Amino acid sequence: MYDLIIIGAGVIGSAIAREISRYRLNVAVLEKSEEPAFGVSKSNSGIIHPGTQNRPGTLKGKLCVQGNRLTRMIAKELGIDFKKVGELIVALDNDELVSLSDIKREAEALGVPGLKLVGRAWLKKNEPNLTEEAVGALYAPTAGIISPYRWVYDLLENAKANGVEVHTSTRVIGIRRVEDPLSADRGPRFEKRIAHSAESKAWVERLYALCALRYADDRTRTDPGDGGPGTGNYFELATSRGMFRSRFMVNAAGLYADEVARMAGIEDFVIYPRKGEEFILDKKKHNLTRHLIFPIPTKTSKGILVIRTSDGNPMIGPTAQDVDSKEDLSTSEEGFRRVLESVKKYVPSIDENDIIAYFAGLRPASGDDFIIRHEDAFPGMVTVAGMQSPGLTAAPAVALFVRDILKKNGLDLRRKPFFRRWRREPYHLFSSSAEAARKMIKEDPAYGDIVCRCEMVSSKEIREAVRRGARTLDGIKFRTRAQAGRCHGGFCTARILKILAEETGENITSITKRGRGSEIVVRDMNDGGC
Amino acid sequence: MAAAISAHESGVKDILLLERDLYLGGLLNQCIHTGFGLTYFKETLTGPEYASRFVERVRAIPSIEVVTRAFAVRLTGEKTVDYLIPGHMVSVRAKAVVMATGSRERTREMAHIAGTRPAGIFPAGLAQRLINIEGYLPGKNVVIVGSGDIGLIMARRFKLEGAEVKAVIEIQPVTRGLVRNVVQCLDDFGIPLYFRHKIAHIYGKDRVEGVDVVRVDEEMREIEGSRFSMGCDTLLVSVGLIPENELIEMAGAELDKKSNTPVSGRMNETSLPGIFVCGNSYKVYDIVDTVSACAENAGRMAAGYLGKVEQQV
Repeated sequence: MYDLIIIGAGVIGSAIAREISRYRLNVAVLEKSEEPAFGVSKSNSGIIHPGTQNRPGTLKGKLCVQGNRLTRMIAKELGIDFKKVGELIVALDNDELVSLSDIKREAEALGVPGLKLVGRAWLKKNEPNLTEEAVGALYAPTAGIISPYRWVYDLLENAKANGVEVHTSTRVIGIRRVEDPLSADRGPRFEKRIAHSAESKAWVERLYALCALRYADDRTRTDPGDGGPGTGNYFELATSRGMFRSRFMVNAAGLYADEVARMAGIEDFVIYPRKGEEFILDKKKHNLTRHLIFPIPTKTSKGILVIRTSDGNPMIGPTAQDVDSKEDLSTSEEGFRRVLESVKKYVPSIDENDIIAYFAGLRPASGDDFIIRHEDAFPGMVTVAGMQSPGLTAAPAVALFVRDILKKNGLDLRRKPFFRRWRREPYHLFSSSAEAARKMIKEDPAYGDIVCRCEMVSSKEIREAVRRGARTLDGIKFRTRAQAGRCHGGFCTARILKILAEETGENITSITKRGRGSEIVVRDMNDGGC
Repeated sequence: MAAAISAHESGVKDILLLERDLYLGGLLNQCIHTGFGLTYFKETLTGPEYASRFVERVRAIPSIEVVTRAFAVRLTGEKTVDYLIPGHMVSVRAKAVVMATGSRERTREMAHIAGTRPAGIFPAGLAQRLINIEGYLPGKNVVIVGSGDIGLIMARRFKLEGAEVKAVIEIQPVTRGLVRNVVQCLDDFGIPLYFRHKIAHIYGKDRVEGVDVVRVDEEMREIEGSRFSMGCDTLLVSVGLIPENELIEMAGAELDKKSNTPVSGRMNETSLPGIFVCGNSYKVYDIVDTVSACAENAGRMAAGYLGKVEQQV
């Protein structure tokens, strides 16, 4: 029996896991994908927003400002490459200048520090590539950038170091609440719900019986206790990897939060996927801008931006387009044109030939604000949904918020005597000085064995990534940047496949890009068979 | 290797040849088809055979020191090269440098092909490496975009391994590859080649499931009503090569932004005195024999430069 199960290993689930790992609790994170951060979190701009462009009185407004501060603090604790670069919301005419004052006033009411209206002279000096047309800007110094996936990996690894279990490739397929007949704390009624509620009751029973069986066989899991009379109410989560039992549960399932909620009978919100296409420029252009460049926001979006990333490559985007499918991650020619046209108004020197990669992500949109609440009709369950921008920034503040909700609803929070707060900064050859690199290579020759030539990633870093949990080509890419450079894996993919196979003991034919179904090669021709 | 040999023959006494891979020969090692050496050796060789002729000559010259697994990370205008070998970062100062760093493939991203990003999209050269060196078949049902030589050669290669090759899609009205490759790799195997067509969209969540193909007009725009679908599990991208000149760029050499090649007055030169570029990093060539000739010229140029420098001293 777990004390808490978190569904979803994106940035929200990971931030909550890390926060809760301070307490003497048995916690597990369940993730349907092969690796954490493979959903909404992987395709993110990586901006830690200062807290502007949110309305006062909203959860977004409150948690973004707080999250910015907490992110910086945790990034320091975990040795993560957070860079405080600042942002400029740029006005191109006098009407826009007027709206800047409004944005400033609203943001100050929310407590965003250090805001300053700057004029042409300041911009010319501090942002030389910005268009001459710019008449002024709102400067927010606390805006920063972070690698969104490395942030998730680091939060989660720290949570693991503090005792949290992470179960990947574990898809929740049914949730039911079991009431303890001896418990005084009885809910409003006995809940027994499951996904696909149209299915027959027999099917549901079979599913649970099957899960229980898998659970009985699974020795890899440490799951103390098995419920029973006198131990209180609990949830049973039927998953693709067997049954999990827990007293409390957080739904941080991102795009699928509504589907998880429905398994518990909660049907009052729907997640609408809203697509954003982003385009990555060659690292050679790292000096394109010094700040994050924002247009004046519209009612629904912060607009199309010029972004600096913690990897050094500038990025432009995102678009914002409501789509039907939660799996529609395709990019389009129109999106490309729209983004290019839009950013050229602000930074005219951007050239389409500098674009080396692109991707699309889906925002899990649901109404105007975050949905973070305890489900009184399903006691013990906390919903964290609709976590679109500024969700990444807000994540650590959301974690505190959720912690307090759990506490209020009976989760016993007693601190562990020892919490591993600090972590040694992981080493990246690509971001080191020549001297530091020389020393590392001397200490460990594998650092001198370059696998990815465009981003300078050594075999040491790739093996290290596998040891830290990478199982797929994308997992390696997100952790190390190998395959993310200008040749896009043309030179290094074969070598990475071999290292992955060696480290995991799998055959190359079962190595995937991002989980089952995305195998890279279809046949091994080395054994003579065909 | 050709540059090193010709520099030696032109009187250079002390030559260091750095190779990042385990063996010399570069991409030739994965080009197991024949057709190499027709002009240079007057016979037809495979890629590895062609390379091995040079390897033998290089190994026989004591004044050429060969270091494999050496990864050059930095070059300065003063001709200092920093390179990594397992366990060490080495710095050497040369009087002249010849770059023979080859080229990389243009990617699907650079060709702006819209759609999803599943497994099964390969630069043609990577697919060639997987089949010919590593021994893995990347897919069973292949569409190839771009009729460059690597794409054509790989069409035949997949066919020989028992895979289905649906089509080669070329946006231009003519092939980018050699005519002999169109005949021997496509026509002989009945693989259709679509000119003036492009891939408009890639489908598939985890693995490629298919592509949309459209006909284009003179300005490369989609012709209304010409769209059709093709099912496939693999898309090979063979849409051209880009010279790899990031090191000389780092050293401060002027590069042509469009072609990524050095801007210089004479063949093989860069804007930096004493730094020369040859082979596909100087200009993308079709035939390896010409690459060897180009490299030999660079070796002689370097020797000539050294002669002048020494006279001045």
